[in-house]
Amino acid sequence: MDPAIEWGLSGTRRHLLRTAGLGIGAMAVQSLLARDGVLPRGADAAVTARPALLAPRAKHVIYLHMAGSPSQLELYEHKPELQRLHLQDCPESFLTGKRFAFIRGVPKILAGQFSFRQHGESGQWISELLPHFAGVVDRACVIRTMQTEQFNHAPSQLFLHTGSARLGNPSLGSWATWGLGSLNENLPGFVVLLSGGKTPDAGKSLWGSGFLPSVYQGVNCRASGDPVLYLSDPAGIDRTTRRRMLDTLAELNAAEFSRSGDPETQTRISQYELAYRMQTAVPEVMNLAGEPRHILEMYGAQAGYVSPAESADDPRVLYRGDDPTFANNCLLARRLVENGVRFVQLYDWGWDHHGSSPGESIDETLPIKCQASDRAIAALIRDLEQRGLLDETLIVWGGEFGRTPMMQNNVRTDFQKGFVGRDHHPYAFTMWLAGGGIRGGLAWGATDEFGYYPVEHPTTIRDLQATILHILGLDPQRFSYFYQGLQNRLIGPTDEARVLDGLLA
Amino acid sequence: MRLAVWILVLWVVCSWVSADQPVRFGRDVLPILSANCFSCHGPDESERKAGLRLDLESEAKRVHATGHPIAAGDAAASLVVQRINSGDPDLVMPPPDSHRTLTAEQKAILQRWIAEGAVWGRHWSFEPPMAGAGIPAGSAGIDWLVERFLSERGLALREPADRYTLIRRLSLDLTGLPPTMSEAEAFVSSDDPRAVERLVDTLLAREEFGEHWARMWLDLARYADTKGYEKDLGRTMWPWRDWLVKALNEDLPLDLLTEHLLAGDLLPHATDEQRLATAFHRNTMSNDEGGTDDEEFRSIAVKDRVDTTLQVWMGLTAGCAKCHSHKYDPLSITDYYGLYAIFNQTQDADRFDDAPTLELLNESQRVRRMALQGRQSELRSRLEESRESDAAGDDQGWRTLMLQRAESQGGAKLQSQADGSIVVSGSRPAEDVYTLTLGLERGSLAALRLQAVAGAGAGVEGVGRNPADPNFVLSELEVELLVGGQWQRLELVRPRADFEQVNWPITGALDGDFKTGWAVSPRQREPHAAVFELSEPLQLSEPSELRLVMRQNYGNSLTFRRFRWSVHGGPAAGLQPLQSSEKTRGLQAELTAVEQELSGLVSGVARVPVLQALAADRQRETRVHRRGNFLDPGDQVSPALPGELRFGFEAGESPTRLDAARWLMSAQNPLTPRVWANRIWARLWGQGLVETEEDFGALGALPVNPELLDFLAVQYRQDGWSLKRLLKVLVLSRVYAQSSDVTAQLQQQDPRNVLVSRGARYRLSAEVLRDQMLSVSGRLSLKRGGPPVMPPQPDGLWRSTYNGQKWVNAEGEDRYRRGLYTYLKRTTPHPMGTTFDGGSGEVCQIRRIRTNTPLQALVVLNDPASLECAGGLAKWMSEQSERRVERGLQRALIRPVLPSEVAALERLQRDVQQVFAEHPEQSVALLSGARVERPESLSESEFAGFIVVASTILNLDEFLSRR
Repeated sequence: MDPAIEWGLSGTRRHLLRTAGLGIGAMAVQSLLARDGVLPRGADAAVTARPALLAPRAKHVIYLHMAGSPSQLELYEHKPELQRLHLQDCPESFLTGKRFAFIRGVPKILAGQFSFRQHGESGQWISELLPHFAGVVDRACVIRTMQTEQFNHAPSQLFLHTGSARLGNPSLGSWATWGLGSLNENLPGFVVLLSGGKTPDAGKSLWGSGFLPSVYQGVNCRASGDPVLYLSDPAGIDRTTRRRMLDTLAELNAAEFSRSGDPETQTRISQYELAYRMQTAVPEVMNLAGEPRHILEMYGAQAGYVSPAESADDPRVLYRGDDPTFANNCLLARRLVENGVRFVQLYDWGWDHHGSSPGESIDETLPIKCQASDRAIAALIRDLEQRGLLDETLIVWGGEFGRTPMMQNNVRTDFQKGFVGRDHHPYAFTMWLAGGGIRGGLAWGATDEFGYYPVEHPTTIRDLQATILHILGLDPQRFSYFYQGLQNRLIGPTDEARVLDGLLA
Repeated sequence: MRLAVWILVLWVVCSWVSADQPVRFGRDVLPILSANCFSCHGPDESERKAGLRLDLESEAKRVHATGHPIAAGDAAASLVVQRINSGDPDLVMPPPDSHRTLTAEQKAILQRWIAEGAVWGRHWSFEPPMAGAGIPAGSAGIDWLVERFLSERGLALREPADRYTLIRRLSLDLTGLPPTMSEAEAFVSSDDPRAVERLVDTLLAREEFGEHWARMWLDLARYADTKGYEKDLGRTMWPWRDWLVKALNEDLPLDLLTEHLLAGDLLPHATDEQRLATAFHRNTMSNDEGGTDDEEFRSIAVKDRVDTTLQVWMGLTAGCAKCHSHKYDPLSITDYYGLYAIFNQTQDADRFDDAPTLELLNESQRVRRMALQGRQSELRSRLEESRESDAAGDDQGWRTLMLQRAESQGGAKLQSQADGSIVVSGSRPAEDVYTLTLGLERGSLAALRLQAVAGAGAGVEGVGRNPADPNFVLSELEVELLVGGQWQRLELVRPRADFEQVNWPITGALDGDFKTGWAVSPRQREPHAAVFELSEPLQLSEPSELRLVMRQNYGNSLTFRRFRWSVHGGPAAGLQPLQSSEKTRGLQAELTAVEQELSGLVSGVARVPVLQALAADRQRETRVHRRGNFLDPGDQVSPALPGELRFGFEAGESPTRLDAARWLMSAQNPLTPRVWANRIWARLWGQGLVETEEDFGALGALPVNPELLDFLAVQYRQDGWSLKRLLKVLVLSRVYAQSSDVTAQLQQQDPRNVLVSRGARYRLSAEVLRDQMLSVSGRLSLKRGGPPVMPPQPDGLWRSTYNGQKWVNAEGEDRYRRGLYTYLKRTTPHPMGTTFDGGSGEVCQIRRIRTNTPLQALVVLNDPASLECAGGLAKWMSEQSERRVERGLQRALIRPVLPSEVAALERLQRDVQQVFAEHPEQSVALLSGARVERPESLSESEFAGFIVVASTILNLDEFLSRR
């Protein structure tokens, strides 16, 4: 084929995509073109390489990431054997050939610090720290055997959310919005909400669009200041003035288009109008003031609250169990999903409990973090359910890895209150899924008596990624984007990832 | 619409089938083979099926046991043809589970090619670029090639853009700044036939030229002002950026520039400037996250250097060859690690201090430092002598303990010396615990003394093992005595040291808390001593042993380098750690003063991370990282250039970075000139002749106009790799000067202007947008170089973990500097840059994909920086004596404006003025946000109306575009 003419063809396609904006319309055009077999070439080649959609089991994702990684042994993994061996030397077999972030020498076994009880019809063991989650445990599938390849925060978070421990790859939310589009043309398709006072260790790259077009990057909606950067009109410009400005702009831009004929000019006119609509739509959805009191109470949320921890140099010293920031974000997640946002990503920082100080310990900090999040998470599940949204929304909960059955020993070798900690543990940890497409009340996989290794159904991050895509109706094997000589996929270049059929409803 | 697409497809297909050109391997066949066959029948040996390679002519045309893959001239006998046409799902190629299918046209091409003799060739970009015969030189050659290309397609060059458009286009393209309206008027009215050329020469000579073109390089170099990853702390890289601007303004030819960037330190008699240039490859990130393995992130940085080098110069993607041989391009995993071995020989190792760094001193600082260093070494040796003579007196009554056994928890080597001191060497862990067993004679025992010995050794001058900070922290000391075969803990009391670092007293070593301890900064380069008394003096009737545990848990290798233990029989009360004579104290004071001046001299001086080769005897051994995993080493590899990409360049036995630079720029290399010519073209036209600027390999896009690309590649190289000369040739062409206005017919025939059937029109980059806005507002500062600045950004964006650095909105002229100078934090770039497709500096960015989003509208409408620019422009308009709105619009658009345009804006002004008159508090708020004072001649509501008009002008699509 004459490459020059082929170029023209791709241009036609691209133009269609742009004028269709970010809505579902754009995606319909893309899949249409894919079916029509227009040949791919260049930066957006993969647009046409898109496979046919599978039947989706969920339309939305709410991903609750506990940055720093909570201890599964205090929350979901009931291990009486650790009680028996408390403060004895760790068996040699657990240490040889292993790399730890901080553990040195031979550490001691650390018993679970909180008590467990069985809950729900499924009789799952849940810690006393999660009384509210215990009440909805039959809606969730708890995966006890997650494994990851990275044992430091930033690389591990990147691996989990972008499929690569290195920078530059699109995040799960970008993949999903690129593949499926947004369901509300006045709101971004991928929204990120932060709490805990710090950005997660790997920073903004966790919601970056990598090599996908930048319109698919996550938009961080904030609790203080403009919910989206530069969303408010400058002081002194009211809506009438802004409308008049945009009318004049549209008039002059239309005249420019009639001279220059550049379709980008038309796109710009429509993007200014979309911005104008977002200025109303985003604050509306981000404002909790209209929520009834019983809903606010159900989550433990508080409209308009801005925590001092969010601007502190060391927020950990300001953590409180009744801080409503995370609860507000859970309630916002429901509102966003209700309004058609495809992917809502929450990051809550402050779960890295090494025990080097009372602000980062299992015995003192973990209960506070649980108190500030447990009620809201259970409320989110119930609230989505009562609105009929739980079936079409996948909820994911977890950290980037787990924590060791051994006590961390680099700061203190003795057991001391306020200094109880565990190191990073990539070999077995807990995550849970609930909602769209998930078999509730299931405990997936089992670990050995120390919780050190899986003994049944080891589950990799790749498996999780494949399963999430599958639930959204995207074939993880074929869902790819051509960039730098490779068909890049979320699940990486190799074919190890398996969809976890066993936990699908 | 769907129908329209189909019609296009059919038209394209028919036009191809009816073409009766012979099939060309590089253009027609190889892309089909690459995309559909090579993943199983290509260079990657681990994935190869049936032992068949279709990427090598000899293998593809050989008769195999299973048949003859390609029988030249006989399509029907060729296995390839049989298999692609097979109806049997078990036989058909590509196999169904590959999800690849060949179209009928593709099958036809392969059959025709084999029938026509299966003439082989290389991938197009690996063949040498040919200038073509009979093409005029310079700009005329570009015009000739494009006109011929267009006429073959029934098109012609568009008429030239008017002079106003041309001067704005040239100014923005060459300097990143717009012209002023008076410059434009002068240019338009000039009757000098060489006015355009003179203008181009003037623009190329401006210092703003280097600033603008440096931005392209900064993207390639993944430049940023922080280190990246979790903590993302600041790092001094800006002197390299300033060096780059200077090099571009001096038009350092690309071949020399390349040598400087990759291997300036290896040039004979390398100057500081040449060494500074190598910071190019120190823009890789460092990970300061606690508990990370430095070697892991060092190896990631080295890989990044290999990848970036191949991308920037050769347009090849090497990402996949880290784990397995490239499936499409001739780069095997061994080739990759051969290149890795070349870049693996520098001293940097993901250290916190980013060592090695270059201190940038001016001439007088350099002279003074030399004098001080001379004095320092003289004082040091005199001090050492004086201390030795003091020590003789000090040692009265002290008995040095001899080492019997020693153990280091971190695996260091502890060795006893003749003078009783213990030297630590070998592995250097961050933390360590020394456990010593020392022989003890019979007699009385009342006190212990620990002497930390200073002095040079193992590259360290000081008492600790970390060369960057030779301090120690004795976190805890435990002493036990062997009594009747049992170890008994001895209680130590009244510890005293000759010197204690603030907050690190000697008592901290005895308090049971591992977080406290004894340290000696800032005097870590002097000897120190401490005395510990036994709570109860002992009388030993038999020789025994002491066991000492010295915990050093601070981290960062703040551990003892050389020390000595001795004991005293008492009485302990008067014993001092260290006695210094008056002479010693005097020498010490003088040395301290000299060292303070030295450190003051360099403390304000920038230290820039640079490349520095390891000594010949310390070269790292390189092994293949299996599946890209640095913990899974495979075969050893030597430094080598990739075999099939050497293009005949000979580098000798063990090539260095300098050899690599010369290989990239060698006359035989077909890729570098094409990649660079395409890149420069793309910066002017908004897209490359090869759209995939980052991939000239088998899976990249084909050049739209290959003859033009080759012409430019040859031109660039033959013209001595001068960027300014290449740009001049490009911008003086009639192709460049075409009008960018498009007719409906042209839009249909060449919708994206890939044929170059008109001038380019595209939205400006983040930096040029900012600079243009500031320039039109009259607020732009042209202050050059220096540390990055912090123009306003919303609060609360910087919140990296374990990083206390703050964004402080700049005041004064630093608020209004060019976008080039905005602080770039990798994890949190300035939002304007990100919104307008700027990168984060995390990895090499070959091109920015332009987007058109609502978030961009919000930035230009609402960002306080935009509003301040509107304020500046409003102020300027209000100061005009007449036709204020008209002149304001002209100032922004650089052209005479139409009455209808002025009327629309004046209507807007009147309408909003009324709103402001009814709401005076809104005028006040707007003026304050725009940071502008009302001129006396205008009311507040009138002036607020000007600000709204100015803001509207700054949001015009025409203003945001280069056209």
